[in-house]
Amino acid sequence: MGYSYFPGCTLRAKARGFESSALASARVLGIHLEELANWQCCGATFPLQVDNSFPLVSPARTLASARRMGERLVTLCSACYNVLKRTNHVMRTDADRRDKVNAFIEEDYRGDLEVVHFLEVLRDDLGFDALARSVKVPLSGLAAAPYYGCLLLRPADELAFDDPEAPHILEDFLSALGCRVVDHPYKIECCGSYVALEPGELASGPSRMVVESARARGARVIVTSCPLCQYNLDVSQQGAHGRNGAGVPVIYFTQLLAIALGLPEDVLGFEGHVISPGPLLRSIGAMGSEATA
Amino acid sequence: MVSSENRRKLLDISGEDVTSCYQCGKCSAGCAMAAMMDLLPHQVIRLVQLGQVEEALASRTIWLCASCLACSARCPRGVSLPNVMESLRVTLLRLGGRHLDPVRLPADVLENAPEQALVAGLRKYT
Ligand code: SF4
Ligand code: SF4
Repeated sequence: MGYSYFPGCTLRAKARGFESSALASARVLGIHLEELANWQCCGATFPLQVDNSFPLVSPARTLASARRMGERLVTLCSACYNVLKRTNHVMRTDADRRDKVNAFIEEDYRGDLEVVHFLEVLRDDLGFDALARSVKVPLSGLAAAPYYGCLLLRPADELAFDDPEAPHILEDFLSALGCRVVDHPYKIECCGSYVALEPGELASGPSRMVVESARARGARVIVTSCPLCQYNLDVSQQGAHGRNGAGVPVIYFTQLLAIALGLPEDVLGFEGHVISPGPLLRSIGAMGSEATA
Repeated sequence: MVSSENRRKLLDISGEDVTSCYQCGKCSAGCAMAAMMDLLPHQVIRLVQLGQVEEALASRTIWLCASCLACSARCPRGVSLPNVMESLRVTLLRLGGRHLDPVRLPADVLENAPEQALVAGLRKYT
């Protein structure tokens, strides 16, 4: 299984553990991810202005260069996935905007590339049954709550990732690792996204609702594929909300994957968490006692 | 006349003709940010329908919309509310204003927020 691969900025900075756990896991699963030679930031958010195509320039350039390497481009970050896939949709379906962007980047790219999320590779190409057979350290009974947020699911007609109101890819993934899946009503609700940059605690309300909805149903860990969700949900537990062991660590799905595959702890890259995942993972024997997380 | 002109300007930016909204409120019912907003999302749409764009522009709601697309995913009339919210933000930003001054971001946010949050936020707010 070979793909071109777009890491994106955040995985090279604040979310290093997301990438290191994913790449190490991909290696043992026989998934070959070939990093694009010249990638640039996707822009982090898909522009909702139809009269301005300039924000599409950077993701379109990435798509055009990925097309020269093959037919499928893999991403890990939910935001990169959303922006690249939506830009690809514009390049495929909107001749007017496509011509404009192509003229600017001096390409003739027509959207004939498939943008896939790493979860889709695990589900569709490897298969969750095969994944379950690769598990070395079953996370038996770990109560894990999936958190999709927005960017993997919406808009559903363009992304076609999963059922937008009742998705189950993360549930199926967690089951394959041996987790006990904790369903909760806020798994597809917004965490507040970039409104987190607004001053004060204003924007942490939605994130607290998400954490509380998972915690109240017994979740001991929340699993995401978005660095911004990870940050918002984790930071919302600062102070009283996460004290007295009531906090729920928020981690990337690839970190659980690497643990279940029995990979060394140095690929996990747990860093800077408000609610550290270390104690939980040690308590279930999924991490050695000398770990620093 | 003035009001239809305002509406047309927003339509150019958003690609969304708000006339099809029948004010059922489903968008607002499912909006994760609604509790913090001064106007609910369907009220913003109503103001735009009426061409009362100044009022919509003065609302905190347009800056609290997180572009999560939950509303547009559920709207029975297929209204792209997030595009309308963006067209309102952009109307102000294109005049040279900015909603957020990066220099004034708290040190802990600058230090800890993922790059994607900073880039997305600055794209929406400046
Ligand atoms: S859900 Fe759609 S039709 Fe209903 S009030 Fe909101 S925008 Fe209007
Ligand atoms: S896109 Fe904006 S208005 Fe719509 S539900 Fe999300 S935050 Fe609310």
